[in-house]
Amino acid sequence: MADAVAVVLFVAVSAYAVFAGADFGAGFWDLVAGGATRGARPRAVIDHSVGPVWEANHVWLIFALVVLWTGFPEAFASITLTVFVPLTLVALGIVLRGASFAFRKSLFRTSERRVFGAMFAFSSVLVPYCMGAVAGAIASGRVPAGGEAGDPWTSWVNPTSVVGGVLAVTVGAYLAAVYLIWDARRLADDPLVEYFRRRAVVAAVVAGVVAVVGIFVLRADSRYVFDGLTSRALPLAVLSALCGVGSLALLLRQSPRGARLLAAGAVASVVWAWGVAQWPYILPTSLKVSAAAAPSATLTTLLVVFGVAAVVIVPSIAFLYVLDQRNLLPEEGTDSRPAASGSTPAP
Amino acid sequence: MSTFSLSGAGILAVDPVPWARAQMAFTLACHIILVPLGVSWAFMALVANWRAIRRGDEDALLLAQRWSKYMAVTFAVGAVTGTVLTFEFGLLWPKFMGTWGAAFGIPFSIEGLFFFIEAIFIALYIFGWKRLRPWPHFWTGVPIVIAGIGGTLSVVAANAWMNEPAGFTLNSDGEVVDVDPLKVIFNDAWPYEASHMLVAAYLVGGFLVASVYAVGMLKGRRDRYHRLGFLIPFTVAAIATPIQMVVGDTLARWVYNNEPTKFAAIELVSETDSDVPETLLGRLNSDGEVTGGIAIPGLASWLSDPSTGTSTVVQGLDAFPADERPTTGEVNTVHLAWDVMVGLGTLLFLLSAWYWIAWIFRRDMPRSKLFLRVASVAGVAAVLAMEAGWVVTEVGRQPWIVRGHMKVEDAATGNEGVWITFIVVVVIYLALATTVVLVLRSMSRRFRRQVELVDSDVPYGPREPLPETTEEAEPVGG
Repeated sequence: MADAVAVVLFVAVSAYAVFAGADFGAGFWDLVAGGATRGARPRAVIDHSVGPVWEANHVWLIFALVVLWTGFPEAFASITLTVFVPLTLVALGIVLRGASFAFRKSLFRTSERRVFGAMFAFSSVLVPYCMGAVAGAIASGRVPAGGEAGDPWTSWVNPTSVVGGVLAVTVGAYLAAVYLIWDARRLADDPLVEYFRRRAVVAAVVAGVVAVVGIFVLRADSRYVFDGLTSRALPLAVLSALCGVGSLALLLRQSPRGARLLAAGAVASVVWAWGVAQWPYILPTSLKVSAAAAPSATLTTLLVVFGVAAVVIVPSIAFLYVLDQRNLLPEEGTDSRPAASGSTPAP
Repeated sequence: MSTFSLSGAGILAVDPVPWARAQMAFTLACHIILVPLGVSWAFMALVANWRAIRRGDEDALLLAQRWSKYMAVTFAVGAVTGTVLTFEFGLLWPKFMGTWGAAFGIPFSIEGLFFFIEAIFIALYIFGWKRLRPWPHFWTGVPIVIAGIGGTLSVVAANAWMNEPAGFTLNSDGEVVDVDPLKVIFNDAWPYEASHMLVAAYLVGGFLVASVYAVGMLKGRRDRYHRLGFLIPFTVAAIATPIQMVVGDTLARWVYNNEPTKFAAIELVSETDSDVPETLLGRLNSDGEVTGGIAIPGLASWLSDPSTGTSTVVQGLDAFPADERPTTGEVNTVHLAWDVMVGLGTLLFLLSAWYWIAWIFRRDMPRSKLFLRVASVAGVAAVLAMEAGWVVTEVGRQPWIVRGHMKVEDAATGNEGVWITFIVVVVIYLALATTVVLVLRSMSRRFRRQVELVDSDVPYGPREPLPETTEEAEPVGG
């Protein structure tokens, strides 16, 4: 049953990676979109695309944390004890990001929007980097079990963590660019379709390179996970590579719809490959999934909750995405945009 | 270089326990202000929305729309400050989570479901104004209300469990080896604490929103829109307040029976005795004497159990070992917080009574300016009362994090850099709080300006294209 809960945990983590990862990636493109004038159009698409869904996507993180601390309390305690610094940065980054995004939508002065926009964009890079670094800390066996803290710095400043962090940022950027092509197309904005398509291609190549480099880093720095990745997790790694190459091919052939699915598949299978590679450990190589697991009644409860979530939450989320994708959720409309484009009296 | 591991050496290595406590208290105290808005504002918006659709009430429609837009901001900030708490459970209290996560986490897994529902439907409601038809749109708001109630009941179940731990079996090493999820969730403290917080969410949310419109009315904006903006939330609060008196009283009696150290701290009782006075204000000195304040003879005993009257025996702090009860400083904190909560609660009750009496006799809200003046500070007063209530229950549980099983000092992280994160968190949260207020105010100003120009925010109307995408934008359904 511990295995089933571990699967639930990875479902939550991969859902977070595929959905919220793209929201963070959108923040990355926001960061590099250029000045207020040049970046206005891409930023508008990013706002439009992230606005309605980021909070729902964010809940996957809460869900993953709750499953981790309830289902595998000792693993949670060990992780938070050791990688205190990057997790603190994640928490604060999430505050800055969510709040500044909400504020930016409610503000009008360019100077104000710029400050909050910068904060949103900066924390959109910081948070996935730190999360990837934490994943690297766990994968490389630098988070010891048993209530002893690992090194507060080298646990997450090390080759595997750097690869994890950079991979998280680039993969998010890649996903976001692929999704944003579709959003721009919905808005019938051909120049922007091309804009994001070019970026998606670049990001796909960069993410692929980082992943390949990562394999060599793992070989030198995280032997257990490397061995797992080249044996039991090999099919997933291959699947991820195929999805990645496939989505790149579709991007080059200008068919972004299939590229979206394949990109999501590539990212999800990377997450699963990580999980399978470090199997049966939750903290390689000091704590096994079975040893970390909570008593069986707790695990049953988590599985029941997950079952309810599958029945109640998945259709609701699907409904939200469908409405969003069909342009039925136009905007928060706080501002009735026409007022923004000129008729607002100078403050 | 590694400041966090300079164990004991250097100024950067500081005992993390007091800082962890301070950071947890500070972040909780900030987050809890947003909670009532998250829980009850959707309900109030739906009341306005209902009225708008049923009676074609334009003012009510405008209110519901604007409230949903304010909610977008407060919900976002509430979601991220809540996330910080999620991280802090591990970052500040890893040993607590490692030992008790299997039990303590259960209510949170259920809360996770409600949070999901809330996040999804609040997006549908906020973003759906222009494209969904009126009734379907209204119904997308209903799950927010249900999720707010369910979320409150689940989170408070976790807190109640810390006060009244149940539903687990320990082995000889003190590890949780078996869990009864239902007993964890429905622990003995849960019905009292959860209903107290749920009613508080409606009470505080109501007074808080109403107070904004009270200020507007005092500034002379006495139109129907402002009146409705005051009446809907104030009525909610004025219904919740008398209920809260009963719920709170019941909870206090439960605490008397089940959490004697907390009760002794509330009533400043150092020695077990009957005929215990109710002391208003005043303080306990380290020698066990109470100085200052006004003592009402026998009242604390009488309130604890009216059936035995003033002869009711109240257990004193001295009935418990010094390391298993709150310190004198904590006792005084609890007592003061109790006085603040009950005092402000009583004033809010009187304010509600004023409102109801006016309705009964004149079918209208009180006309006097004094009423509006008091109502305009009622929001802040209600927030303070709620904060004080949390101080009572949290400080009153000290030194325990899981009462009778684990002390706070044994639960904390060993990271000696917590004082740094505390300072960073305080700075960020203060900036955040300031910005929230400024953003909400600027939204309100803009709304007023819009009315003066033209209210282009046509409800349920055709969608406008993005500002930057000009004529290429496909006019879906437009």
